[in-house]
Amino acid sequence: MKKRTPSLCALPMLLALCLTQLAAAQAEFRFPATVEAGSEFSVATSGSGEASLYIVGPGEALERKVQLGEKISFGAEDLHNAGHYVAILIAGASSRSVQFDVAASSRPGALGFLAKPSRLAVNRENGISGVVYIFDTFGNLELSPRDVSFQLADAIGGAQLRNATSREGVAFVQMNSAPKAGAAHFQAAVDGVHATRVIEQVPGDPCSIRMTARPAAGQRVRLQTDPVRDCGGNPVPDGTIVSFTETYGGRVSTVDVPLKRGVAQTELPAENGAVISAAAGVVLGNEIRWSGR
Amino acid sequence: MKILALLSLAGAVLAAVLLSASADPAVRVAPMDAVGPRSMEPQTQSSVIRDYLLAWQTLDSALTQNRPELLDAVFVGKAKEKLAETIQEQQTIGIQSSYRPRSHDIKVVFYSPEGLSIQLLDEVDYDVSVSRNKQLLGSEHVRTRYVAVLSPAETRWKVRVFQGGTP
Repeated sequence: MKKRTPSLCALPMLLALCLTQLAAAQAEFRFPATVEAGSEFSVATSGSGEASLYIVGPGEALERKVQLGEKISFGAEDLHNAGHYVAILIAGASSRSVQFDVAASSRPGALGFLAKPSRLAVNRENGISGVVYIFDTFGNLELSPRDVSFQLADAIGGAQLRNATSREGVAFVQMNSAPKAGAAHFQAAVDGVHATRVIEQVPGDPCSIRMTARPAAGQRVRLQTDPVRDCGGNPVPDGTIVSFTETYGGRVSTVDVPLKRGVAQTELPAENGAVISAAAGVVLGNEIRWSGR
Repeated sequence: MKILALLSLAGAVLAAVLLSASADPAVRVAPMDAVGPRSMEPQTQSSVIRDYLLAWQTLDSALTQNRPELLDAVFVGKAKEKLAETIQEQQTIGIQSSYRPRSHDIKVVFYSPEGLSIQLLDEVDYDVSVSRNKQLLGSEHVRTRYVAVLSPAETRWKVRVFQGGTP
């Protein structure tokens, strides 16, 4: 506790003021080292007369007129921002100051839940990350360790569960995306407080391509793939490009076709002995040597 | 006479430089090689510390001058809201407060997997003083710990959580 009492007593003309100061100099007040945010508490004072109390920190600033010798009471709404505070009691020309902490309330009130990415391919190991910051009802970061449960529920009823313990108010997990495409609900929960994010899981790259060929009108060959799927059996989205390539007599012709309703189809010139292949991304499908049938 | 004036000016400039140099807090930063789960690039390491220290300077300017608009450059979210409320309360009461760090001992403890938040702990030594109409009401030397969470903005890291107090 710091005391600051200017030596005005040396001046006889200020004797009256000096006496007031002496009374004020006896003023004492003692804050608890830590109070919980949003809690009611009181501080005893000693001395006599009126004084002003200032409580100042980056989180709050307040002023109270107090009667020395009486208790100073604080209500639940008075100090609710966690932080380090300085309390200054000014009585007459003297001031005293103390420091104390306001700690986050012990009841979680909200979670800052960051789930990324919002959209990803199926079957990605540790592809989804969830970070939770735990706040009390006043928006203070809860620094004491807390058990956090994470659940990633996919579209077909499967769920992954993970638990983590927060450190300095933060906990995180990494999870795999599900084998089946669809919206997954990613939830974090702490002591009954929860937050949910939706993760869109989309099919991955094509796993294989199978193509068939049959004659078409006008000396052409009609090519069509089977429904294209990823390695988990999910239909690859329409719009994915399939490249059909025909090699004949040293000439190479390529046609890029987007998937439509899961399949790609096109027509190429029907040349006997031509070699026709289909590919999408890095996946090469079957080869057909066209013999007119 | 002219020489005297020049000498006097030079002395004033030198004093200002020395004063500003002495006002710079000592800063110690723990190695960030083991920070996780995401590894930190050297450029991220230096920029997050630079922006955190700038936040302290801004905090001091905003609370000394009671100007909440100064907070916009470096604070965001809850941290900005709470500091702005404090400035409003200071204006209502008619006081100003200043926060002058003497030293920072900073340890980055978390860099989120997706790179969108960094948490650091700072054992900070600072002087806080409270005044009304330029008259000092009281001052304290403080040693405590701050927890800060920063998130990336357009050009710098901004402080989203700024909370003091011994755990």
